[in-house]
Amino acid sequence: MKNLTVKTQSVMPVESSILEAKLERRSFLQYAGAGAALVALTAAGCKKDRVVVPSGVTLDFKDDFGVLNYAYALEQLEAAFYIKVGNNLSIFTNATEKAYFQDIQAHEVAHREFFKNALGTAAIGGLEVDFSSITFTDRTSVLGAAKAFEDLGVAAYNGVARRIVDTNYLVVAGQIVSVEARHAAAIRDMISDGSFSDITELQSSGLGAVAANALDGALTPDKVLGMASKFIKTKINVINL
Amino acid sequence: MNILNILDEIEKVDGEIYERLNPRRKAMKDFFNIGKKISLAALPLAVGSMFQKAYGQSNPASVTDVLNFALALEYLEWNFYNRALGLSSGSGYIPAGPDRNAITTIRNHERMHVDLFKGALGITGPDGYVQSDFDFTAGGAFGDLDTNYQTFLKVALAFEDTGVRAFKGQAPVLKGNAVLTTALQVHSVEARHAAHIRKMVRENVTGAGALKPWIAYTPNGNDTGVAAVNATYAGEQNTKILNIEITGINGQAVTQTQAAECFDEFLTGAAVKNIANLFIPVKKLT
Repeated sequence: MKNLTVKTQSVMPVESSILEAKLERRSFLQYAGAGAALVALTAAGCKKDRVVVPSGVTLDFKDDFGVLNYAYALEQLEAAFYIKVGNNLSIFTNATEKAYFQDIQAHEVAHREFFKNALGTAAIGGLEVDFSSITFTDRTSVLGAAKAFEDLGVAAYNGVARRIVDTNYLVVAGQIVSVEARHAAAIRDMISDGSFSDITELQSSGLGAVAANALDGALTPDKVLGMASKFIKTKINVINL
Repeated sequence: MNILNILDEIEKVDGEIYERLNPRRKAMKDFFNIGKKISLAALPLAVGSMFQKAYGQSNPASVTDVLNFALALEYLEWNFYNRALGLSSGSGYIPAGPDRNAITTIRNHERMHVDLFKGALGITGPDGYVQSDFDFTAGGAFGDLDTNYQTFLKVALAFEDTGVRAFKGQAPVLKGNAVLTTALQVHSVEARHAAHIRKMVRENVTGAGALKPWIAYTPNGNDTGVAAVNATYAGEQNTKILNIEITGINGQAVTQTQAAECFDEFLTGAAVKNIANLFIPVKKLT
């Protein structure tokens, strides 16, 4: 079997990648139905590496690096947003609000750089963002976007934590998510005092919150990336989720 | 033979069964271990037994311990807020309006958390802790708790920030378990509470005008100015995460206090119990 693997890959790389690419749900079921499941599985099993030639970046959730890169992508997005806000701080006439946004910008940049360093050579590249839907000269528009980013960030960490294998990384995710929740609460209070923990609204916004149990949002990466996609130009490929 | 690719293909066909594995990581680990020992021909049988094992699993004792621990903290918080809201609101004690509304919101959330954890543990009877089990003055350390709104807010702040750290500290025990997600959903609600109580403290407590929604750097980690709650903040001054220094990371303008703020720290179960037991004269947490 080992010899066959080597031979298959060296002699027929093109064919084997086609086989794999076409082995989607439907065709696999057909194989299985024809009693050829073993053949299909063997072909898949012998194939050592996926041949993925994507444009954009790929988040491979097969291990913790996938989760860390996912967090890195989200922190890139948040940091880019707050850097733009930081260039328009005059929209905040309240000194406390201004100071908080400066802090949040530094926090998100720190998170981004932390993941970059923790990932090292495994880090995905920089994402290109699209903030055309946000009016950075308008406080209301900025606060609304900030709220959306922070609430989504909380739901993202809450929803992905279960996939983390390494205890150290799990602790770090916990260390970050509560800070994102503090951001969310502070921004929500700027929009409407007392809305810091409006679980009913978090639930109706599709973030996976449960009002009846006072549970915050929690979403799987595919849902989070779907909600974030309008702010990201770079194509994000997700595999092994 | 690469068993990982086989798993990928199985997942394509039935991702739902894959997702139902509980706890998923443990089951996957079992699978890989099995995979090492058996031939491909025997695989269907092995998969079947793995699934059975995964479905049949109940929460291990350690998870039940965490749930009981979480429930005890929620009892503490709920009784604290519920009792305070029952006191006279004269002389500006939890004044009507935004303050009373916010404390009521938080009180209600804590009750829902109590009921959530009771349900998870299958407890249908009365609460394990009631108001008379607590001394919220901590043996007199907060002696004017019932008449001084500022004191009330200081204790509330310590409870919320302790709660955030407590849940964080239990996450490793719940690793890979569905309970982890729920616990984190409670954890971030506590963090939202903490941020808002910090705002209320800033607006109401003498000398706290610079308090932020996040925990700023001070040499001993306690940024509240209330020495009696030092234990709640021990270690929050940390700026080094997984050996990566956050202050000025990669040449970025991240100050020491921002570095301490942007990663909350956890507390061990033992440390949290020590703090909680200051408010529990008899039925102490063990």
